[in-house]
Amino acid sequence: MLGRPAPGLRPFAIEVTGLRKHYGSVEAVQGLSFAVEPGEVYGLLGPNGAGKTTTVEILEGFRRRSGGEVRVLGHDPERRERRLQEKVGIVLQSSGLYPRVTVHEAVEHFAKAYPSPRDPAETIALVGLEDQGDSRVRELSGGQRRRVDLALALVGDPELVFLDEPTTGFDPAARRTAWNAVRRLRELGKTVLLTTHYLEEAQALADRVAIVKNGVIVAEGPPGELGPRSSGYRVSYLSEGRRVELHTDDPTELLHRLTRDALARDERLEGLEVTRPTLEDVYLELTDVDRPAVEGG
Amino acid sequence: MSALGLAWEQFRFERKLFWRNPSSAFFNFVLPLLLLVLVASIFSADPEQLEVIVPGVAGMSVMATTFTALAFNLTFLREQGILKRVRGTPIPAGSYLGGLLGSAVANAFVQVGLVVAIGHFVYGVDLPREPLALVGVTALGVACFGAVGVAFSHAIPNFDSAPAYANAVFLPLILISGVFYSADSLPSAVKTLAEVLPLKHAVDLLSTTIVTGGPLSAGAVGVLAAWTAGGTYLAVRFFRWS
Repeated sequence: MLGRPAPGLRPFAIEVTGLRKHYGSVEAVQGLSFAVEPGEVYGLLGPNGAGKTTTVEILEGFRRRSGGEVRVLGHDPERRERRLQEKVGIVLQSSGLYPRVTVHEAVEHFAKAYPSPRDPAETIALVGLEDQGDSRVRELSGGQRRRVDLALALVGDPELVFLDEPTTGFDPAARRTAWNAVRRLRELGKTVLLTTHYLEEAQALADRVAIVKNGVIVAEGPPGELGPRSSGYRVSYLSEGRRVELHTDDPTELLHRLTRDALARDERLEGLEVTRPTLEDVYLELTDVDRPAVEGG
Repeated sequence: MSALGLAWEQFRFERKLFWRNPSSAFFNFVLPLLLLVLVASIFSADPEQLEVIVPGVAGMSVMATTFTALAFNLTFLREQGILKRVRGTPIPAGSYLGGLLGSAVANAFVQVGLVVAIGHFVYGVDLPREPLALVGVTALGVACFGAVGVAFSHAIPNFDSAPAYANAVFLPLILISGVFYSADSLPSAVKTLAEVLPLKHAVDLLSTTIVTGGPLSAGAVGVLAAWTAGGTYLAVRFFRWS
């Protein structure tokens, strides 16, 4: 499924094959494979400790892999070539900033490292901080600092942007703002690799999602299509105050039977619901520690 | 931009940051000068003592602006994740560290200049006998204490404990290295310890270039060079960006 692109096709922006990373005897990443198309927003979704950050930090060139192949814009990130760094923007899960510089000074300073940077003021406006340009970093709120992180990742006008848990700790309003910024990245044609443990974030932003658990991908696909192949629908109703839940591939037949029986008993089907399993159901099922992982995707 | 151009930009950025942090500016510049003025005032009637204090405080300043400042700074930059952020940009490691170290070097030279100037204009100590050699000796001291400071920063677990770690080295060292009084009056065991460590030799060399003139002690240069080499090896070998 993930083979190399045929000759003549555009190469993948990111290609990971059989990636492994162990720390001592702990296997953090155990044979991960995925590929990201240019211009795609790809989400690595999983609980804390699933191996998402380790994977991203290998792609960013911060960590060395224990095994497998990795290509980022055609380069091996382990070699830390400046040509690659110039085409990549990184938002780390947490990274500091000089507390005594202004937003504009920070963005202007880092812009100098790139061959064709964006205009600093325009970059600051892009992340919605135009009113804070002259504020010192120490005066900003956590959410505003996170947007400075994004501005610094974008000022080099990168082809590829890594966002490692970009909205962790945000309030809902700040999260919406950040989501809009990521959507702008897609409009600008950037490739984005996003990690998150927020399901709705992956759902809202990613073109494709890989669900990561214990260092392997347990499901992959567009968020709307991720789901177990069996039990496509869930039908539930209340019976004597308790919710009864049934799973079926063909709700027509099941509903007909349920309603016919209820009418025959001269009863109502209280609280009747027919739902598709949401990504949340899939996610919880796949990442639940008490239940075995289900093959999917 | 070239690697050298980026190093210059980083240097200018670090200068700006330095002056925006009042406490670091104070400890780097004002505190050594305050000590110079205080101690020199006590001995101002005794020119011989003044000729000990001026090179002594100059040596202390070299150590404070490089060893102590870099041990503090790198611990802060690492703990804050600023080093890691820089590592994720195309700024070459050499340019970034060059700018950072260059800023400490600039502080050391300015400080030595201030100490010599105050010694001359306020306390009537003669101008340096060997100005060129003074620049060379300051450069050697900067290289030595800079390298050892970067190496030492690897041993500091977190920024909260950085002052304790740095002062645990800095304070005893200035007391045994003849900064405020001649090291000749110390007990022999302490003297032997001071002979192995670099500060006493830096002070001796500064004394030669500022006060007495004449050829530099090859032994003192050798000890500083050895510490520079060892410090550089440890600084590079164990450098961590996060």
